[in-house]
Amino acid sequence: MSLKKIYVIACLAGVVLAVTSLFVGVADISLIDFFDGTVSQTDWLVLQTSRIPRTLALVFAGTSMAVAGAIMQMLARNKFVEPATTGTVEAAALGMLVVLLFAPDLPVVGKMLVAGAFALAGTGLFLWLLTKIPLRSVVIVPLIGMMLGGVISSFAAFIAYRFDMMQAMNVWTSGDFSTVLRGRYEVLWLAFALAIIAYRGADKLTMAGLGQEFSVSLGLDYRKVMTFGLVIISLVTASVVVSAGMIPFVGLIVPNLVSIAFGDNLKKTLPWIALFGAAIVLICDIVGRLIIAPFEVPVGAVLGVIGSFFFLYLVLGRNAYAR
Amino acid sequence: MIHVRNATKSYDGDLVVDDVTLSLKRSGVTSIIGPNGAGKSTLLSMIARLINMDGGEITIDGLNIATTDGLELAKRLAVLRQDNHITARLTVRDLVAFGRYPHSKGRPNENDLEHVNRALAYLGLTDLSGRFLDQLSGGQRQRAFVAMTLCQDTDYMMFDEPLNNLDIHHAVSMMKLFRQAARDFGKTVVVVIHDINFASCYSDHIIAMKDGKVAEQGSPDQIIDASILSDIYNTPFQVQNINGQMIATYYGA
Repeated sequence: MSLKKIYVIACLAGVVLAVTSLFVGVADISLIDFFDGTVSQTDWLVLQTSRIPRTLALVFAGTSMAVAGAIMQMLARNKFVEPATTGTVEAAALGMLVVLLFAPDLPVVGKMLVAGAFALAGTGLFLWLLTKIPLRSVVIVPLIGMMLGGVISSFAAFIAYRFDMMQAMNVWTSGDFSTVLRGRYEVLWLAFALAIIAYRGADKLTMAGLGQEFSVSLGLDYRKVMTFGLVIISLVTASVVVSAGMIPFVGLIVPNLVSIAFGDNLKKTLPWIALFGAAIVLICDIVGRLIIAPFEVPVGAVLGVIGSFFFLYLVLGRNAYAR
Repeated sequence: MIHVRNATKSYDGDLVVDDVTLSLKRSGVTSIIGPNGAGKSTLLSMIARLINMDGGEITIDGLNIATTDGLELAKRLAVLRQDNHITARLTVRDLVAFGRYPHSKGRPNENDLEHVNRALAYLGLTDLSGRFLDQLSGGQRQRAFVAMTLCQDTDYMMFDEPLNNLDIHHAVSMMKLFRQAARDFGKTVVVVIHDINFASCYSDHIIAMKDGKVAEQGSPDQIIDASILSDIYNTPFQVQNINGQMIATYYGA
């Protein structure tokens, strides 16, 4: 069977997951009602204002965070980085805090852009630090990122504490889709669009991942491609932070799994990364909704548990491929 | 023609390339030899625009490398540095195909595919083309990088220590390949090379560098000379003519 056919089948499996996600929740809506036409008005309302937006938000956030992680790994030339281990998320949250303090009435896209600008600055700072620090081991790279993130978030926490906004901070940095309703997630469409734009530049991003010398020899404008990638990563992260809150580890797990199976040629792998990103977030969200029903475990917590183990496996595991 | 005029580069006050002026003619194999720290790699990298000069000017076919569009230069000059570490898991074929980027801009046509297949075949990589780079030996990986550089199909090709990691068989076939590219296709190949006897047997022109300057340059017959080499390397040399090849020995025993 050709890889394309397998991809189509995998996409259908993804659709099944998404439909499942639509019918999991406190309000009991049955798929069968749709076939015999006995859907009640309330069921429709729940679907339209809550379930469909939630499922779309999960798909968009999962897709775009996985793609952002893959790009980050390319640009930093390191398998252990993703927006949550490079200071990007923390910088975006700091940006949100600043917006809420100085311009709380800005529309959500405006807030996202400000958070995106902060995220860009944070990620840029991370990449600059990498050029200044002698790297003796590949594991040092995410450590530097996490330290940078720690510094940024403690700075943000100080401000948030002063202005009594600690709770808001928490919302941005821990992904939770239970509050997603129609009218409150639409900025994620933008994240999804950015992931598609990234795909159009896949070849250039892969070449940038070969390093500056290869890029220059091939006539690629290295700085321009780096900037393009960083802007995508920052805006995607900002959109997710602003709407549902940070979902950790998707950007780490998914690109690494795909890389083990299919390699790193982004032109070939980004569609898989996007699909798996959506699938893993959908699964973790469904698990979070079922595990202590009728209550919920936020998807960020479920992913945090799975992701930490995967991270340890990557660092300690015998697979020499990441080095 | 490549013209280098008064090229200068220093690191932390150390003059690595000291006011070098030279011309490289079209077609042929040129070897740059010299002791460690002579500035060979730095000079090559400056010509290939990988590092900026502190002073001077370099033109390739009349185009100033400092001001010409990168993509335009990438169609004329390709470069392969030493110690290439790639973290991305690419197949050999994918890597070699990226060499076509300056021509294909990501939309490879039949002609591009032909170039890729030919480059793979030249370097004996056809059977390995589906392997990932991290599944190859150092020598195979080095050949994959050279195949990528060939695939770029530029008039000028520069290699920094291309024989690194290669066994004797592959080193000889690599040098033959360079000579063939120069003779049959009119390519200009510039290599930084440590093995003086490879330089002697396969070059049309040798540039000997010492202390950031061009100490001597000329045909192998002129440069592979006991007194010149002894002087450049601060080591006694003997040169013998074996079946018409000038072979230098310096083992001191």
